[in-house]
Amino acid sequence: MLFDFSIVTHWIDNLLRSVMPGWGALLVEFVLVGVALLLLYAVLALFYIYFERKVCAFFQCRLGPNRVGPYGIFQSVADMFKILIKELISLNHIDKFLFNLAPYLVIVASMLAFGCLPFGKGLQVIDFNIGVFFLIAVSSIGVLGILLAGWSSHNKFTLIGAIRSGAQMVSYELSIGLSVLTMVVFAGTMSITGIVEAQNNGWFIFTGHIPAIVAFLIYLVAGTAETNRGPFDLPEAESELTAGYHTEYSGIHFGFFYLAEYLNLFIVSGVASLLFLGGWMPLHIPGWEGFNYVMDCIPSVLWFFGKAIVISFIIIWFKWSFPRLRIDQLLRLEWKYLLPLNLINLFVMVLIVIYGLHF
Amino acid sequence: MANIQQEISSFLPEATFVEGTILEVSVPDAKWHDLALYLHDKLHFDYLVSIVGMDWGETMGCVYYFTCTADNSQVSVKVETADRENPLLHSVTDLWKSAYLYEREVYDFYGIRFINHPDMRRLFLRNDWVGYPLRKDYNADPEVNPIRLEHEAVDDTTHAIVETPDGKLEERTNTIFAPEEFVVNIGPQHPATHGVLRLRTSLDGEIVKKIDVYCGYVHRGIEKLCESLTYPQTLHFADRLDYMSAQQNRHAVCLCIEDALRLEIPARAQYVRTIMDELMRISSHLLFYATFCMDLGATTAFFYGFRDREKILDIFEETCGARMTFNYYTIGGLMADIHPDFQRKVKEFCAYLPGMLKDYHTLFTGNVIAQQRMKGVGLLSREDAISYGIAGPSGRASGWACDVRKNHPYALYDQVEFKEIVRTEGDVFARYMVRMDEILESIHIIEQLIDNIPEGDYALKMKPIIKLPEGRYFRQVEASRGPLGIFIESHGDKYPYRLKINSACLPLVGGLDPMCRGGKIADLIAIGGSLDYVIPDMDR
Amino acid sequence: MEVKIKSMKYEDFKDNEYIEQLINELKASHTNVVVGCLDEVINWGRSNSLWPLTFATSCCGIEFMSLGAARYDMARFGFEVARASPRQADFVMVAGTIVHRMAPVLRRLYDQLAEPKYVVAVGGCAVSGGPFKKSYHVLKGVDEILPVDVYIPGCPPRPEAMFYGLMQLQRKVKVEKFFGGVNRQEKREKVLGK
Ligand code: SF4
Repeated sequence: MLFDFSIVTHWIDNLLRSVMPGWGALLVEFVLVGVALLLLYAVLALFYIYFERKVCAFFQCRLGPNRVGPYGIFQSVADMFKILIKELISLNHIDKFLFNLAPYLVIVASMLAFGCLPFGKGLQVIDFNIGVFFLIAVSSIGVLGILLAGWSSHNKFTLIGAIRSGAQMVSYELSIGLSVLTMVVFAGTMSITGIVEAQNNGWFIFTGHIPAIVAFLIYLVAGTAETNRGPFDLPEAESELTAGYHTEYSGIHFGFFYLAEYLNLFIVSGVASLLFLGGWMPLHIPGWEGFNYVMDCIPSVLWFFGKAIVISFIIIWFKWSFPRLRIDQLLRLEWKYLLPLNLINLFVMVLIVIYGLHF
Repeated sequence: MANIQQEISSFLPEATFVEGTILEVSVPDAKWHDLALYLHDKLHFDYLVSIVGMDWGETMGCVYYFTCTADNSQVSVKVETADRENPLLHSVTDLWKSAYLYEREVYDFYGIRFINHPDMRRLFLRNDWVGYPLRKDYNADPEVNPIRLEHEAVDDTTHAIVETPDGKLEERTNTIFAPEEFVVNIGPQHPATHGVLRLRTSLDGEIVKKIDVYCGYVHRGIEKLCESLTYPQTLHFADRLDYMSAQQNRHAVCLCIEDALRLEIPARAQYVRTIMDELMRISSHLLFYATFCMDLGATTAFFYGFRDREKILDIFEETCGARMTFNYYTIGGLMADIHPDFQRKVKEFCAYLPGMLKDYHTLFTGNVIAQQRMKGVGLLSREDAISYGIAGPSGRASGWACDVRKNHPYALYDQVEFKEIVRTEGDVFARYMVRMDEILESIHIIEQLIDNIPEGDYALKMKPIIKLPEGRYFRQVEASRGPLGIFIESHGDKYPYRLKINSACLPLVGGLDPMCRGGKIADLIAIGGSLDYVIPDMDR
Repeated sequence: MEVKIKSMKYEDFKDNEYIEQLINELKASHTNVVVGCLDEVINWGRSNSLWPLTFATSCCGIEFMSLGAARYDMARFGFEVARASPRQADFVMVAGTIVHRMAPVLRRLYDQLAEPKYVVAVGGCAVSGGPFKKSYHVLKGVDEILPVDVYIPGCPPRPEAMFYGLMQLQRKVKVEKFFGGVNRQEKREKVLGK
């Protein structure tokens, strides 16, 4: 069977508790977890930057980075060094406090959401009964950061970018929320582990019939919009608003926005894999014992990251093939199509659950 | 021709005439506006092609070129004023909207002010520029106009001279933007302006209320430079104007000079020129596809367009030796003969491209988002297109058949068979599709010629110093973005007395404001992209 | 100390004397080992991640676009992320003619770039005024208003030439002292008159 990482964590916990008092152990664990998450966050961000560049290069008949290290894999490391040492320009006529706060808000929001993803069996920071709710709640703090960034920069372009982004996020949050809710109804729990465990005998996208598939599609669209990626990249529409809400940011502050953008991509895909593709749960087909056994041999961590990356790939694919929407079309899509569809979908899902029409 | 002359002289007996390929009428300024009204309403000269500012020493003035879009007849009018201190002429902006920018240009270069023009600001130069550079007595001392690193004052108001009903002249101040308006500066350094154009845009939320265009961020003073160069030397500027129609531009200058000299160009050169022109057009439209899609956010399409454009550049490079500024046509023919591989490569390319175009359409044209962004956006009616002088592919998208290749054929365009692509919707989508279809037409033209390039000389033997007979010459060719006109006034020297380039792009930005009003910011970008202006062409 | 650029031999570069002179300056400034190593790491990062500002005024700008497009693909070298906002860019490629009206704008863009910043003058126009040198409205080279690090002549320079120029910029970045940045200051003072 799958290796349960809680064995490792418990072992560490017991070890610590045996050498120090309970609060000390807790403290050390907090630090350990924090460091591990930050490291993972940074590594993932670097990987994603590289990944997107390569993918988009291949879409565009190019090679992409290939000079720095073999196949250019150190390209994003070089970028990070560079960004770290770039000058932080201090501007006049701005609200300094808010201006400096904004990037931290954005990155903190994405880190919080990142923290509660289940990376593998037993490998998650906290597992509480309203996990999904928490995830959605913290991930929407990010929009605050964007709004502040746009507003405090004292620049008309950033302001337009921020307002656009505000309108967009608030609208698409609804879709995300509702499609997640649909799946929560189906799973009957909000606990992240609960949701994953419920998919032991088949991922929700297979067992949940049409409503699950519809919810998945809506989630993909809304998730793309939430991460401000093309075709929904209006807040930073390069050809319209130069660089959108973060036009005035330089150095590492800009780096934060840049990293958060990629990490949000990972989070959105991670949540999608959690809700629809079984999280770290391997692909099980009821009855095919041999097949299931082979699938179980692949570690759960790989499953999770694999699924997340596949979904990210799809989202990246969107970005590089579609033109950008206009703001009114963007809002129309949400309020006139996705929202009603979502509500109906939720209703159907409730019916299915009540009458037990699912597998 | 005689008939127009008769009608004008019966309307205005004091008009004098000079006959030539284009009839020239001279009128005093006092009668000029009446004649303009007559030309516009009665004789249906509804397209103002160009206004050429002139400094003749004692007098200054303008030469206007008109075309009647119904039968393509042309006429030119010369108006002069002897007052050099405070030169005034009557404006025709009320009749032809394209005059709005043209007259500002004349004011900028010659200091001639136009009565009843609503907005007499400089167009290309800084508003604190000293002197009028194209006057013959301009003081070019760099001390007078040093490089100023402070920003010029923003003008929210403008001045105008109006004629009151009782014939008096009054100075007025007009408002451009009221203080409470939310004005955003788009450009000069902005990814979507395709260069350095500055659009001061008044916004109401996302909605565009008004656009005020600032040109001149790459005004290079080519026309003034030409006045001190011999004719063959002036040619190289043509390549650098609208670098996306380098060959056609140069064709225009060569044609104008060859016309004046009455030269007969060898057939081989004619063939090659026509093919080169069309290849250039294809490359320009591919670039249009690339940048336009990028403006709409479809980044991948950008790379597709550029990838195929490189193939044309390879062909050019073999024959002309350069990727962009070719210097290939000369007066009397071509610089060099074509490369031995030229025909084969061109044929390969013509076979290759249509398949790629299908890809383009799958990737972008058919996309729902793209369709929604393009259809019904930036409407321009045929009347407006003519009045604003928006010709070329953009004009043809509004239903105006304005192709110079059809209307006044040059080179071999009267011997090949091709369709003039005209659409009637007048929106962004139509402008986009016209260009995409023109690529196919160009391929069609090339295919008819490529196998039949005759043997023989590729150029006439020309003397290094060329002197044009005295007179005024005006020639147009269809460049990638519309008709490019070259005006030369020669006083019999080896230098042109005045060489004016009538760019195809300047009128395009004139139409930007009415097309964008009421649209979103994103529409502004789409419209700008679909007009496909090239800034150095418009700034010169 | 040798300045290496992948896939291009040291001898193949033209003005090695200039780079050597910079190296000597660097050596003469006696940095201690720790700072020196740190410098090297940082410079490795910086030289491999030079983000250009999207800036183009005319013909050369189109060649600059070709540089980013499929055939030449500057993403290979890490010049990929062309930023539209000067605050996030590392160098400005002045591609095209700079005229009087544009001069203050360009200067402001330069001032908005975050340190460390570089200027590359692309094409005859930006180097010296090019074909328009005699014009009343054209700058005789951007070095009248900006400190230029690399000149790429041509009208327009071929994309290959631009790459060569950009590699030279990379080399220059590599032999720079990041902490203290002595060898940048002088030139800037000369041009900007600060
Ligand atoms: S150097 Fe030549 S190609 Fe470049 S901008 Fe100047 S004229 Fe154009």
